[in-house]
Amino acid sequence: MSIKIALAGNPNSGKTTLFNALTGSNQFVGNWPGVTVEKKEGKLKGNKDVTITDLPGIYSLSPYTLEEVVARNYLISERPDAILNIVDGTNIERNLYLSTQLMELGIPVIMAVNMIDVLEKTGDKIHIDKLSKKLGCDVVEISALKGTGIQKAAEKAVALARKKEAGVPVHEFAAEVESAIRSVEDKLGMEVPEEQKRFFAIKLLEKDEKIQKQMKQAPDVAVEINDLEKEFDDDTESIITNERYVYISSIIDECCTKSRKEKLTTSDKIDRIVTNRWLALPIFAAVMFLVYYVSVTTVGTWATDWANEGLFGDSWSFFGTEVPGIPVLIESALNAIGCADWLQSLIIDGIVAGVGAVLGFVPQMLILFAFLAFLEACGYMARVAFIMDRIFRKFGLSGKSFIPMLIGSGCGVPGIMASRTIENDRDRKMTIMTTTFIPCSAKLPIIALISGALFGGAWWVAPSAYFVGIAAIVCSGIILKKTKMFAGDTAPFVMELPAYHMPTVGNILRSMWERGWSFIKKAGTIILLSTIVVWFLMRFGWADGSFGLLEAEQLDSSILASIGNVLAPLFTPLGWGNWKSAVAAVTGLIAKENVVGTFGILYGFTEVAEDGAEIWGSLAGSMTAIAAYSFLVFNLLCAPCVAAMGAIRREMNNAKWFWFAVGYQTILAYVVSLCVFQIGTLVTAGTFGAGTVIAFVLVLGFIYLLFRPYKESKTLHVNIKGIAGAK
Amino acid sequence: MKTLREVDCGQTVKVKKLTGEGPVKRRIMDMGITKGVDVFVRKVAPLGDPVEVTVRGYELSLRKADAEMIEVE
Repeated sequence: MSIKIALAGNPNSGKTTLFNALTGSNQFVGNWPGVTVEKKEGKLKGNKDVTITDLPGIYSLSPYTLEEVVARNYLISERPDAILNIVDGTNIERNLYLSTQLMELGIPVIMAVNMIDVLEKTGDKIHIDKLSKKLGCDVVEISALKGTGIQKAAEKAVALARKKEAGVPVHEFAAEVESAIRSVEDKLGMEVPEEQKRFFAIKLLEKDEKIQKQMKQAPDVAVEINDLEKEFDDDTESIITNERYVYISSIIDECCTKSRKEKLTTSDKIDRIVTNRWLALPIFAAVMFLVYYVSVTTVGTWATDWANEGLFGDSWSFFGTEVPGIPVLIESALNAIGCADWLQSLIIDGIVAGVGAVLGFVPQMLILFAFLAFLEACGYMARVAFIMDRIFRKFGLSGKSFIPMLIGSGCGVPGIMASRTIENDRDRKMTIMTTTFIPCSAKLPIIALISGALFGGAWWVAPSAYFVGIAAIVCSGIILKKTKMFAGDTAPFVMELPAYHMPTVGNILRSMWERGWSFIKKAGTIILLSTIVVWFLMRFGWADGSFGLLEAEQLDSSILASIGNVLAPLFTPLGWGNWKSAVAAVTGLIAKENVVGTFGILYGFTEVAEDGAEIWGSLAGSMTAIAAYSFLVFNLLCAPCVAAMGAIRREMNNAKWFWFAVGYQTILAYVVSLCVFQIGTLVTAGTFGAGTVIAFVLVLGFIYLLFRPYKESKTLHVNIKGIAGAK
Repeated sequence: MKTLREVDCGQTVKVKKLTGEGPVKRRIMDMGITKGVDVFVRKVAPLGDPVEVTVRGYELSLRKADAEMIEVE
C-alpha cells in the first residue's frame, strides 16, 4: 500500500537536510503547478511505497504568501497520510506556532525536534515526553545533520500513516474563543469532515477569503466574529494568532529548561562583525567581489572558454596532447561518410553549436550555484537582504536582487538563474525581468564597436552604457510595481535572520546539481531550438537563381536578410532603418557579440577583430553618431540572447510571464532608442518632425508612469486554482 | 504613544498592541511579535533601515515603517 507523507516545517529548520537524508538520491524536483514555488518529492530510503513530499518552508498557514497557500492547499486537498513536522529545537517557540496549525488539519502529525546536538552543547533541554503530552502527538529527537534519530522518525511516521488515526488537537485557547470555534463548527454542514472542522472553523473566524471561496457553502459567521472582536478589542485574526502564542508560552515553561549561561553564541559573535554598522558594507563588497571574481572572471571563464573554444571549438589540450574539439571530430566523421553539405552544416552549425551554447554555460553556472548554495545555507544570504534592502525596495526589488544583477554584468544567464534565491514571487519576477538590462560581457564588443566607429573611442560611451542599464532597472522597477501584473502579492519584509552554521558539502553539491540540471533541461531545449532556427534563416536563401544552402559570406542573400529588409522600416524612427543593422540586431539574439561579426560579414569581411576595427569606417559612413548610439541602446536593452531568454522562460515557469518579460524589454528598448535618436537629432541638427513629437509624448508618458500615485495592494493575487486539484 | 521604531538599540521593550491590519500585521504576529512579548532591539542595518530585533529567542529583521505598527511600553 502506498503512503504519502508530507514534510512540513519553518524555513531554516533543517527541512532540506532531513529530506535529503530520508530520500537519498530518489528525488524528483519540479514546480508546484502554475507557480514558481519549487516542489520536491522522493521515495523513502528502503521503502519504495512511501512517498515524501517536501512542502515549502513556511511559518504559518496564512492566506498571504504563495508558499503558505501552496502548502495548505496541498494539505487540504491531497490529504497526505501523515505530516512529519520538523521543528528547530534551538528556536522552538516560534517553530511550534506552525505546529499548532498543522495539528488542526485532522491529519496524523509526528514531530521531529531537530538540532538536538546543538541543544546538548548549549546545555538547554527539551523534555520530549512532556512536550508530546502537551501537544497530543508523538515527538522524536533528531539531528538531521548528523543523521541521529532520523530512522526512528521515519518509522514512526510510516506507522502513524498506516494507522490513519489523526490525533485530536489538545491545545486550547481562551474560553470565549473556544466557544466561538465550537459554534462555528456546528454551522459547518456535511461538507467538512469531522476531523477538519476545527481548521475550517478557525479559518472562517479569521475571515480567510481563500477558504471561504474554496467551500461550496460557507456559513455566515459574522455574529461570532463580532462578539469576539468586541470582547477582545482586536480583529479575530490577531486574537487567534495571539491565543496560539499564549498557549505555546504556557507549555514552553514546562517543557524546556534553558541553561542559565547568557553568553554570546558563536553566531552572535559572527553577526557582530558581519552586520556591524561600519564593517558590513566592506565585508559585503569583499564577499561579492570574491563570488564574482571566482565564478565570472577567473575559474568560471576558464571553464566556459574551455567548453566553448576547446571542447566545442577547434581543439583543447589534455595534459599536453592536443585533442580535437567535438565539432572537428564530427566534421571529419561526416566527411568520411560523405554527408551532404546542408546536413553537415545543420549538424555542425545548428545542432552542435546549439548544444555547445547550452553546455558552455554550465561550468560557470555550477561554480556560481555552489557559491549561492553556500551563502544561502550558511545564513549570509539573509544578511545580504538585510544590508541591501534599503536601496532595492524603493524600486520594487529585494535586497537579494543585488546578486543576480552583479552576476548579470558578467553573463545574464547565470544572473537570471541566481534569482532563485529570492523567496518572494513578485521580487523574483521583477528581478528576472530587469537583470539583463545590465550590460553583460557579450555586449561589450558592441559598445567597443560603436564607441570606436563613431565616437573616436570616447571615454564616456562605456560608462554611459552601464548608466543606461542601471537607469532601466530603476525606472522599470518603479513603473512595473505600479502595473496590474505586479499589483497584488504583497511583500512584507519581516524576515528571520537565521543563526550562522556550516553547511554540509553534500547539501551544497546537491543544490548546485539540481539547479544546473534544471537549466540544462528546461532552458537547454529552447536555446537549442532557437539556434537551429536562426541557423536555417542565416544559411538558406536564394542565390544564383535557386534556393539552397549558402556560403557563410553570402549572408546578404539569406532568408534573414529578407527579414531584415522587412524589419528595417520599423527601425527608421530609431535612426538605423537599414537592413544591415536590422540583421545584425537579429543575429544578436543568438549571442550579443554576434552583432559585430555580422556587420563584418555584411561589409565584406570574413572575420573581424572583437571590436570590429576593420569596419569602423564603413559603419561611420552608414549612420550618424546619434543613430549609432540609439542602435547601441536598443541592443543593450532589447530581448537578450536566446540563452538568457531560455533562462527567463525556465525561471518564470509560465509562458505568459515569459512573453511579458521579453515584450516589455523590447518595447522599452524601442521607446528609449526612439527618444534618444529623435531628441538627439533635434539637439544636434535641429531637425523637428512627427518623430520628435512622438518622442516628447513618449517621454511625458514615461514620466507619468514613473510618478503616478499608487497604493500597495494587500492581497495575494496569484491564481491558485491550479494548485488545489493538482496531482 | 511609543512605537518600536522609536526604541533605541540595546533596549528591551514589551509589546503593548499592534495597530494596522492585513498581511503585514499578520506576518509580524506570525513571526511571534504579539501582545506582551519582550522585544530586544539589537541593531540597525548599515544603511539605516531595516532593524534587527531579538524576539522569542531568535533574530528577526523588519522595516522601520512596519515597526511603527508595533506599540510598546
